[in-house]
Amino acid sequence: MRARNRSRIAGTLGRAYLAMILLFLYAPILVMAAMSFNASEFYQLPFEFSTTWYERMAGNDAILRAAARSIWIAMVVTAIATALGTASAVALWRYDFWGKRVLQVLLFPPIAIPWLITGTAMLIFFFGVGIGRGTPAVIIGHVALALPYVIVVVTARLATFERVLEEAARSLGASPWLATQAVMLPWIAPGVIAGALFAFAVSFDQFVISYFLSEPGDSTLPVLIYTAIRKGFTPEINAISTIIIAFSMVVMLIAARFTSFGGER
Amino acid sequence: MSEVRVENLSKSYGSACALDAVSLRFPDGGFFGLLGPSGSGKTTLLRAIAGFVEPDAGQVLICDRPVVDVPVEAREIGMVFQNYALFPNMSVSENVAFGLRVRRVPTVEAKARVAEVLELVQLGPLGDRRPHELSGGQRQRVAMARAIVTRPSVLLLDEPLSALDKALRVDMQIELKRIQREVGITTIFVTHDQEEALTLSDRIGILKGGRLIREGRPEEVYSDPGDVFTARFLGEANVLEGRAVDGALELAGGTRVARPADGATMIAVRPEHLSVSRDRPEIASALRADLRQRIFAGAMGTCVLHWEGQQLKAVARHEEFADLPESGPVWISWCDRHARGLRAE
Repeated sequence: MRARNRSRIAGTLGRAYLAMILLFLYAPILVMAAMSFNASEFYQLPFEFSTTWYERMAGNDAILRAAARSIWIAMVVTAIATALGTASAVALWRYDFWGKRVLQVLLFPPIAIPWLITGTAMLIFFFGVGIGRGTPAVIIGHVALALPYVIVVVTARLATFERVLEEAARSLGASPWLATQAVMLPWIAPGVIAGALFAFAVSFDQFVISYFLSEPGDSTLPVLIYTAIRKGFTPEINAISTIIIAFSMVVMLIAARFTSFGGER
Repeated sequence: MSEVRVENLSKSYGSACALDAVSLRFPDGGFFGLLGPSGSGKTTLLRAIAGFVEPDAGQVLICDRPVVDVPVEAREIGMVFQNYALFPNMSVSENVAFGLRVRRVPTVEAKARVAEVLELVQLGPLGDRRPHELSGGQRQRVAMARAIVTRPSVLLLDEPLSALDKALRVDMQIELKRIQREVGITTIFVTHDQEEALTLSDRIGILKGGRLIREGRPEEVYSDPGDVFTARFLGEANVLEGRAVDGALELAGGTRVARPADGATMIAVRPEHLSVSRDRPEIASALRADLRQRIFAGAMGTCVLHWEGQQLKAVARHEEFADLPESGPVWISWCDRHARGLRAE
């Protein structure tokens, strides 16, 4: 009897704990989303539903330009990082070469190093080699950040691929390239798609690197939001932030569907 | 003529020698079993013929064409892998059609050929299934169909039945043999299961430590193994060692028996050729042994015997078996023509 009571208490506590985590994670976001629909500029209650801020945002050229810029940069970064990352993952999987372990280990620090430091380092480096600031620098920076994610996700998928399938394709007359294309690529496709979505998210959400490497006046969305907040907060920012969050969450959910991210489905 | 030959094929991995100057001829249309314990080089040999292993020295000839420098995809081979290696992203028909697609066979013809070969392996109605929806035996048939649909010059089978359970394996052996006969393709298969090799093959080759130590028709190799390893590896054998005395062979304990014509001092007698009796038989080659165990198994029974510190085995027909004591001293004997001389290794 006592044991059952105890386990019931533990269960209740556990649920309460989980609820708190979700509350602290999502309450600010929900408040922000709610406020983006509030008519008052100064967050006054009672809540009065309005889409004013969305309309204002839609008329704000700077925000739209920054959003468009963020999206096309993210798309270019995704294309480059996915292609390079998939190729690297396949190469790391297929070949044994000198220094392979070191190379694999070196893929992880960029994920862990604070972006501020990476950003500073990149800025110094790009100036040193003459690329300087600007869109190419931003794209190179984002690709460098996104690449490890793609490689890690594709490698995980490749680990489940049976090499003998390629041998079977070769025995049936397929060239090595055709064997890869017809047998391996379909198998790793979910990993590649997930990697691409990660790459997109990394680029689209990136602030520090973009901030350091963008030319003034040519900002991406996160940079624009930061600058806007410094000048003074308007609920327009709530509106665009809500859209970004909704968009990012959809992307991450799709990515999760293609990998077993967060446990087996 | 789709004969396959290997000439002086050698391959080593570091200091380990996987193939040591193997020369072998696989006759046109034959079913050739490569047999040996694990690490004997049989799989390396098969993979060298396929082109997945690049030999250090020697040549492989498929239909008289030297192929050592030809990549796998241009060798015109068909191969069935141990776990079948069916493409999981393709249906049965797509798997079978793969080789035709690669060769750009026109769609209409490809369809007809896929249907024909699926009929041959008795999988006609299952074309739309995915590999994971099939049983082990069905997968095996798909792998077979996929390998022969391109009409290759040679079919290579790498332990094709090892993933199946015993009962299914016997069915598939019959099936494999039937398909091979109908297609008439030169087939080389690797197995560690000696019974399977004896059942399926027209010829067998026995490998050990990267060397080919015996090659011939199964009956021939079985009845005259030639050396101790083959005798023990292929079926069971009682190996008796002695020394040559006055043209006869003197075994331990002083019994003299006839010496084989080739002058060997070691002989093998198969358990089915060793007779066991209560009384001394009227054959010269008879020994006094100790019956330790009788194992009844229906039509045939097995006797485990001890002789001069050595364990021997005899298989006797029912009548003979029923007549024996439970244990104790008995006579064992054999006809001299059944005692085959062996080379030491």
